[in-house]
Amino acid sequence: MSSAAQGLRRTGSARRQPARPAWRERPKPATQAAKAVALAAVVLLVTVPFLIIVSTSFASNAEVVANGGWVLWPQHPTLNAYRELFDGGIVTHALWVSAGVTVIGTAASLACTIGLAYALSRRDVFGGKPILLLILFTFLFPPGMIPGFLLIKGLHLLNSYGSLVAPVLVNVFNLVVLRGFFQSVPEELYEAARLDGAGEWLILRRIVLPLSKAALAVVGLFYAVSYWNAWFYASIYLDSDHWPLQQVLRTYVVGGSQLADSAAGDASAVAAPQTIQMAVLVVATVPILLVYPFLQKYFTKGVLTGAVKS
Amino acid sequence: MAIAERDATGRTGAAGASGADRRAGRKGRGTRLTRLRRDWVLLALMAPGVAYFLVFHYGALAGNVIAFKDYVPFDGLWASQWVGLDNFQKMFGDPDFWSAVLNTVWIALLQLVFFFPVPIALAMLLHSLTRDSVRKFVQSVAYLPHFLSWVIVVAVFQQVLGETGLLNNVLGDAHLHTVDVIGNPGAFKPLVIAEVIWKDCGWGTIIFLAALTQVDEQQYEAAAIDGAGPWRRFWHITLPSVRPIIVLLLIMRLGDILSVGFEQMLLQRASVGPDAAEVIDTFVYYKGLVGGDYGYAAAAGLFKGVVGAALVFAANKVAHRLGEQGVYR
Repeated sequence: MSSAAQGLRRTGSARRQPARPAWRERPKPATQAAKAVALAAVVLLVTVPFLIIVSTSFASNAEVVANGGWVLWPQHPTLNAYRELFDGGIVTHALWVSAGVTVIGTAASLACTIGLAYALSRRDVFGGKPILLLILFTFLFPPGMIPGFLLIKGLHLLNSYGSLVAPVLVNVFNLVVLRGFFQSVPEELYEAARLDGAGEWLILRRIVLPLSKAALAVVGLFYAVSYWNAWFYASIYLDSDHWPLQQVLRTYVVGGSQLADSAAGDASAVAAPQTIQMAVLVVATVPILLVYPFLQKYFTKGVLTGAVKS
Repeated sequence: MAIAERDATGRTGAAGASGADRRAGRKGRGTRLTRLRRDWVLLALMAPGVAYFLVFHYGALAGNVIAFKDYVPFDGLWASQWVGLDNFQKMFGDPDFWSAVLNTVWIALLQLVFFFPVPIALAMLLHSLTRDSVRKFVQSVAYLPHFLSWVIVVAVFQQVLGETGLLNNVLGDAHLHTVDVIGNPGAFKPLVIAEVIWKDCGWGTIIFLAALTQVDEQQYEAAAIDGAGPWRRFWHITLPSVRPIIVLLLIMRLGDILSVGFEQMLLQRASVGPDAAEVIDTFVYYKGLVGGDYGYAAAAGLFKGVVGAALVFAANKVAHRLGEQGVYR
């Protein structure tokens, strides 16, 4: 938290006290009130829907029905909905798929992005300029959905988890962020390392990567979040036996189909579909909430804004 | 982009000017072969990433030739018949296509008017707070929805605004008129804008906040001492400090005017129908992946890509004319 604040006010931190500076007018009560209302509205609009979803997922069937589909605070909290979900049905499977794709995809993406970013951060690397242009051009002109689909089909990646990773392996924005960060490593360090006889590989591993932990964390978390949240490729490349969690969520919650008895484990008559739906929603959201504080720490460090230009 | 510029070049510039010569091991450019031999580790590090771009971007890009073919899956990409511009002719005469284009541009413009200013206003509000703890708390909460998938966002909106959702329950309990938002084609466009605001207005403040904190506090102080009130300080100091970023983001929006939230639209198209929710991307999806008319769908996709790239190019030119940095030089 504190590091985020430091990053945010790089220039102002020394001068600006938390209190109002002397030259600023005393704020009018009306202005203050309007600000307070606006800020409270922002906070409530984000948090209240989540409170309701979490509450409903912990509520009993009867209570949800009696209340018309949702509860603000469960009277008799129960884990029934979650018990159903984790009983080995489609959601359990989807959870494993999502976790696996997220972990493997993030590792593969990071490896490829680091390699590219490091090589392209070196000023006179062989072929660096044309390769960079080649990559930046894809940002301007994406290939399109249909050719992408036919390519995956042609490579026989349909119904393989590779189809969720391969088409989005390297993100140009993440690449530019990381490259910018690598470029900021002081030249003297390279020089010293080279005098000691270190090669590029050693320099990358021992000097550049340890110095770039913050950027690596941000880029890694961005990749992880995008793999976790992805559903469209799953919907066109995979059949329902291979679906990740978001695609299950999409079909059963947004699409309005109810989780079939067999799908939710069994005996989903015990819990109302609504509570189960909300439980799926919670399960799909929780990993994001878990990594969020770590992401938050680095947002404002200038890592992102410094490299926005591409 | 003065801010980002300063950030990036401030760090890299120093390394760039003198660094290249100072690199003991990399002095001089040498012949191709010596450079190749010297850089082989770097090239090996790049190889997987470059291969990815070649296969999944340029390989797929080449697949756009089917826009000029009558693609028959059985015959495959190369054996299918060339049909010249037939697909494009069909497209330009297809009212469904034009309806999708109209929806796309209309939604993009609505976003420009109703979404675009929100992060700027919120950033200024947050920046004006004197208490750090409050600001950080609001920031943390407001950034969060950006990291949720569109599936979750749409589900949340259904739960809150749906027929049996939170809002209608409250209205019903108070014996007021219930509202019909979800699944109502007439309410679809405002709903879409509301979703975008909910998801991304907090996240959108980051770049503006970064710019606002770069402003030297002494400028405000000097202006205040010279008698400039809050409004004039805002107009002459705060606003100019974020202007390059506003221009940059406007350009990027303009280039993106033909692609408005594909996932968002696709998730909700079934509930309101194509008249309200068909955009170019969903048109491509339904014609091609659902309908199997691959060549025709690829033509629509290619049209979007070409026009989009041209728009970015044109917008960038305009920005340069106006003396702004733009996206690229």
